[in-house]
Amino acid sequence: MTFSPGSRSGARALRLVFATLFVLAATSARADEVGDIGKLLRAGQNDQALQKVDAYLATKPKDAQGRFLKGLILTEQNKTADAIGIFSKLTEDYPELPEPYNNLAVLYAGQGQYEKARQALEMAIRTHPSYATAHENLGDVYAKLASQAYDKALSLDSSNATAQTKLAMVKELIGSGNRARTGGTQTAAVKPLPGSSTAPAPASTPPGKDAKGAAPAAATPAAPAPAPAAPAKGGGDESAVAAAVNAWAAAWAKRDVPGYLAAYGKDFKAPKGESRAGWEAGRKQRIEGASRIDVKVSNLKIDFKDANTAVAKFRQDYKSNVTSANSAKTLVMSKAGGSWQIVEERSGG
Amino acid sequence: MNKQRAHLKAGWTGAMQASGTGAVLAGLALLAGLAGLTAPVAAQAQNLVARSASYEVEDALAGIFKAIETNKLDQALEKVEALITARPNYRLAYLIKGDLLLARAFPIRGMGAMPGGPAGKISDLRDEALQRLRAYREKPQADQIPRYLLQMRPDQKHAVVVDTKKSRLYVYANDNGRPRFVADYYMTHGKNGIDKMREGDQKTPLGVYYVTSHLPKAKLADIYGAGAFPINYPNDWDKRQGRGGHGIWLHGVPADTFARAPLASDGCVALSNADFEMMGKNIDPGRTPVIISDQIEWLSLDNWNTERQALLAAVEKWRRDWESRDSDAYLSHYARNFSGDGMSLKQWSERKRQINAGKEWIKVQIGNMDMFRYPGREEMVVITFQQDYQSSNLSNAMKKRLYWIKEGGSWKIVDEGAA
Repeated sequence: MTFSPGSRSGARALRLVFATLFVLAATSARADEVGDIGKLLRAGQNDQALQKVDAYLATKPKDAQGRFLKGLILTEQNKTADAIGIFSKLTEDYPELPEPYNNLAVLYAGQGQYEKARQALEMAIRTHPSYATAHENLGDVYAKLASQAYDKALSLDSSNATAQTKLAMVKELIGSGNRARTGGTQTAAVKPLPGSSTAPAPASTPPGKDAKGAAPAAATPAAPAPAPAAPAKGGGDESAVAAAVNAWAAAWAKRDVPGYLAAYGKDFKAPKGESRAGWEAGRKQRIEGASRIDVKVSNLKIDFKDANTAVAKFRQDYKSNVTSANSAKTLVMSKAGGSWQIVEERSGG
Repeated sequence: MNKQRAHLKAGWTGAMQASGTGAVLAGLALLAGLAGLTAPVAAQAQNLVARSASYEVEDALAGIFKAIETNKLDQALEKVEALITARPNYRLAYLIKGDLLLARAFPIRGMGAMPGGPAGKISDLRDEALQRLRAYREKPQADQIPRYLLQMRPDQKHAVVVDTKKSRLYVYANDNGRPRFVADYYMTHGKNGIDKMREGDQKTPLGVYYVTSHLPKAKLADIYGAGAFPINYPNDWDKRQGRGGHGIWLHGVPADTFARAPLASDGCVALSNADFEMMGKNIDPGRTPVIISDQIEWLSLDNWNTERQALLAAVEKWRRDWESRDSDAYLSHYARNFSGDGMSLKQWSERKRQINAGKEWIKVQIGNMDMFRYPGREEMVVITFQQDYQSSNLSNAMKKRLYWIKEGGSWKIVDEGAA
């Protein structure tokens, strides 16, 4: 199980990483410490992050933020059983927090334990009925459970049961008090704004509004509407593809190299036959070499080749302290395990 | 979630509507009619007898459909999960479970909403649901008798009557000569329907048959499930019609499924294994009649009595006229297209006149008789009995079978031979 920053909710989640981490922190010193651990984690320095978080938890063993971070680090390290232990204990100690339930569900789903995932997500929603990420994840879990039931009904060879559902891990813990006060600072309440290069301010949803219930026509910012009447080829994923494109642009603009690279699928073909590692190193150097990057996406058009392949065409307005260019860009996106990732990138018409 | 509930409801009802033809109206009526009146009546009737697996499953399905109709989707899911716990190989229940779960993630369009699911298998399950719910709703009334069962022999404790149109098998007990309902079961018949004509046509024969033997599970392949009761297809009448093929059995279903689609066998009649075992307790190989029909006509006790008295009178008249050695009177009981012992009516008449002329007396006794209306378009009845024949120069005892048809408003023999 990875963070899957390219996944639809994950992309949104990334934007808010740690933005509101400090709610539960009593002092700014603690906040700094937690923030440092978060940075290490985000930079992929998991071992150091784990060392730091263990040291932090040695002094504050009950601390929810620290334990939550440790769960995330262990998840990154593929220590799923340990991560499940951490999130599971968090749900016992802080049953009012939906995030640990959500992440527990993501880990269960990764193990194929969809019934447990469903129960955990239902708990997350019980604690916070308008928790959109949990609703989305639960939708995916229901679809997975449905598919398992159909396999049994139709004695299918479970060929599609092997494809794993990739759910969105939540990466920040938001204090329940804070959530209640602002009524809508959950990750999923944020709609990726095309062309925005900075982390957008959280859009607020009407408190208590059920994101799923609002689905078909009413396009609240929270609803990644699963295309009600016309599933057609895209299966209602147009908004998910758009979100993935915007998340890619946003990560680029923030010079968030891990986030940017994670937008590319494992099948991505680097240009000119370059190796993936070589290409990644080149991109990292370019992006980190700039002190300012601005990327705007406009005229985005999405075509579905099939349910799992989309072609996104748009104008890309790139400005940095070094250079600027306005060009046509094509991204071929592929859906793998529920998230859209780039498999091909072309410049020009 | 209201929109999604609406979607599910509209989708399901719509699917019943979209499947075309008469089944649709039945589907709608069935969904609408499940609530309220019908269920308690059926349950009441069923309380008097042992509960079949079919009944338990159909009772559960009715509850699930009613919950869906009334938008209680959580309750419907609980009920379907309980059904799966009780019947872990019940494919239809899994299909409904899939729909109920999928409806939480996406609006769905009909029963069996699996995206890209195999259409044939899905419509098989939908057909099964319709057949079961229809049967659940339309239980036979306690005072009704299938028209086929005109008379059972004293040693025939039970009779089996199949209604292929309803995918239903009924067991009746012989209650001092009067058929009494025991149980009914969902059943599967031939892939290509009814009216078997030749080997390999995957059709189920229509006719009056008898169970000939019992094959235990241990001697059979898994596809036959809990066991098998072969029947005597093709019978005399089938052979006379030139019907071929063989190996028509009543049997169970494979271990990996609770039930099969309404039309799925190669011509046999298949019951769920639990139902097969329950039915098997009432089967007596060599004796139990199995009447396979395309549709059962139900008679009130009065009409049933009237009909059988008319036939018993015709048989008695034939017996007396035979004893009288009045050849014209005797031969008046035979139909124009009669055949018997390989003889046409003309040959038969000549022979009987010749025999009668050489006799001083004839005595015919009839006993141990069964009498069944024969399924099919023609009005026909088959009567089998023990015949003791004595005369001035010859005596013999035999088991005889007569086929009677309506000709010019009266019952006439169209076929006569040893049974």
